[in-house]
Amino acid sequence: MNIADAIAVFFICLGCFFFMTGAIGILRFPDFYTRMHATGKSDTLAVLLCLCGLAIHHGLCLDSFKLLLIAVFVFFANPTGTHSICRAAFRCGVKPWTKKENTP
Amino acid sequence: MNSFFLGICLFLCLMILPCLYRAIVGPTVIDRMVAVGAIGTKTLVILILMGFLYERVAMFIDISMVYAILNFLGTLAAARYFEMEGEI
Repeated sequence: MNIADAIAVFFICLGCFFFMTGAIGILRFPDFYTRMHATGKSDTLAVLLCLCGLAIHHGLCLDSFKLLLIAVFVFFANPTGTHSICRAAFRCGVKPWTKKENTP
Repeated sequence: MNSFFLGICLFLCLMILPCLYRAIVGPTVIDRMVAVGAIGTKTLVILILMGFLYERVAMFIDISMVYAILNFLGTLAAARYFEMEGEI
C-alpha cells in the first residue's frame, strides 16, 4: 500500500461519495429540473474523481493517459447532454416546481 | 487493492438502485431519461473497475470509451427527439 495507492483510494472514495449524493438527489428532489441538477453535476465530478484516482493507481503509462482522456470527454459530454435534455424539457413546457404549488 | 475495487464495484451497483427506481416510477418521460443517463455514467466507472479486476485494463478502457460516447449520443438523440415531438 504505497503512497500512490493511498491517493487513489482517497480519490475513489471521494468519487463514490459524490455518486451517492447524485443517487440520493435523483431520488428525493421534487421536480425534473432539480433532479437534472443533481445528476448532471455530481455524476460528472464523481466520474472525474474516480478516473483520476484509477489513473494515479495505474501509474504512468498509455492506459492511464486513456483514462484521463475518458475523464476529459465525460467532463465535456455530460454537461452538454444535461443542457440538451433541459432545453428539450423547457421547450416542451415542463414547469419548474414552485413553493406555492407545494405539490408532492 | 483488488478487494477494494470489488467493494467499490458493489457500492456503485447499489447506487444504481435509486436511479433504477426513478427510471421505473419517474412521472414524466424526461425523468426516465435522466435516470438512464445517471445509470450510464455509473456503469462506465463499474466497467473500468472490472477492467482492473480482470487485469485487462487496456481492453476495458477502450470498451468504456465507446460506452461513454454512446451514452452521450443516446442522451442527445433522445433530447432532440422529444424536442421535436413536443409532448412530455
